[in-house]
Amino acid sequence: MRSSRFTALLLGVLTPGVLTLGALALGALALVCFLSTATSAEERFLVLASTTSTDNSGLFDHILPLFEEETGIAVRVVARGTGQALGLGRDGDADLLLVHDRSAELRFIAEGYGVARREVMYNDFVIVGPQSDPVRIKGMDDVVEALTKIAAVRALFISRGDDSGTHRAELRFWDEAAIDVDAASGSWYLEAGAGMGATLNVAAGKPAYTMSDRGTWLSFENRGTLELMIEGDPRLFNPYGVMLINPERHPHVKAEDGLAFIEWITSEAGQAAIASFKINGERLFFPNAAPAE
Amino acid sequence: MSEIAEAFRTAFQLIVGFDAELGEIILLSLRVSLSAVALATLIGVPLGAAIALFRFPGRGVLTVLLNGLMGLPPVVVGLIVYLFLSRSGPLGVLNLLFSPTAMIIAQCVLVIPIIAALSRQGIEDLWREYEEQLRSLGAGPGRAILTLIYDGRFTLLTAVLAGFGRATAEVGAVMIVGGNIAHVTRVMTTAISLETLKGNLALALGLGIILIILTLGINSAAYLMKSAAQRRET
Repeated sequence: MRSSRFTALLLGVLTPGVLTLGALALGALALVCFLSTATSAEERFLVLASTTSTDNSGLFDHILPLFEEETGIAVRVVARGTGQALGLGRDGDADLLLVHDRSAELRFIAEGYGVARREVMYNDFVIVGPQSDPVRIKGMDDVVEALTKIAAVRALFISRGDDSGTHRAELRFWDEAAIDVDAASGSWYLEAGAGMGATLNVAAGKPAYTMSDRGTWLSFENRGTLELMIEGDPRLFNPYGVMLINPERHPHVKAEDGLAFIEWITSEAGQAAIASFKINGERLFFPNAAPAE
Repeated sequence: MSEIAEAFRTAFQLIVGFDAELGEIILLSLRVSLSAVALATLIGVPLGAAIALFRFPGRGVLTVLLNGLMGLPPVVVGLIVYLFLSRSGPLGVLNLLFSPTAMIIAQCVLVIPIIAALSRQGIEDLWREYEEQLRSLGAGPGRAILTLIYDGRFTLLTAVLAGFGRATAEVGAVMIVGGNIAHVTRVMTTAISLETLKGNLALALGLGIILIILTLGINSAAYLMKSAAQRRET
């Protein structure tokens, strides 16, 4: 009984049914193809959470192929602000971190989230601003004094506002200048809540002053009327550290390959690769790894 | 102004020179969005049809919910999917974060409400028209649904295309769960976003132009298929 009813039903909906089923089967087939290609790429790779300033500069495109060639390990870079990158590491969503906020990194290690931290390189921050330089800070060698002048005349300043290493460094300078930028947020002090490149886009569009790492600034194409205002204050020094996510806390972390990366980037070959990365003939990052203990 | 002209020149050069990296990005975009839409269609159309045909408590609430979820912000979907797929989340063991599969899941979640809500509307309209006829023919709900899906296939195609448009255009969700990793999870929208951040506005806009051309191409193909099918029927 049941089967004959089923046959009748099948015949009744033959044309629409066959077409619908055909479409569904095709869809499912396509899906299987897509998904299978998605999962077939089982190569050897590490996930490196790093900062937008490093990634946007193009450094990784320069050095990572060298590492892959030497070891056969691909490195997948996820670029976020330092705060978010540390968050990814804490959750175990990356194998390695390459970030720039030394005190936060040391806290991260002390809390047991990271291990095997090494200094890798440094670059420096610069203050950029509109060519017209309404506050007359160009060429000053004291960054805190310059920021004090900007605040005094309430000249537009764009902050990253994204809890990145650059943002945290900038906040430290305002602190030193004893200026409460939270109170000024939304008036002359604007928080972009975005990566370095996006923040430079805002500063170029206003135009306004902002603080950038030198690497992103040098490789940034849409400067408009922005010019370099301040550089060279020793406080603008910006060191980067690399570390492995603690495999005891997150057992899936690829410890062996991760340590190989740390070993390589702090080795002579890795350090030379960093030193040879230049934009318009200018070196962006300066290797400073101490020899292994 | 010169930036816009430059963008068109860049787009033209990218298409003519057929950059390998660009090809990879376009293929991944299509793979992710088509997979997401195929999955969402398999789930959304039957779901929409079921809500259209069956009377059950909470049906009104579900309808409003689906309609409302059509406007779900991609970044929220990305965040929720991220929290599930993170190593510290409930599905962390699957190790799917920062993979194309994660992007497919996120876009699928984003697109299901669109396809379900639009198919519910379309099928409900047809049901109102054919309910008596189908009932008098003794069609059970399963058969009624199949007939209505077939009869409303052109309306449903529009629903699917709307979903596809949403999937290819969004950047928030795939950026969070994919991570915009070069050669692995970089798609058209995240590449455009990245080039904008780098200040390469012409290149970013050039990629945008290519994305629009692709979307137009797929919609034209669907339109041609539809009109060919309709011609054959008459």
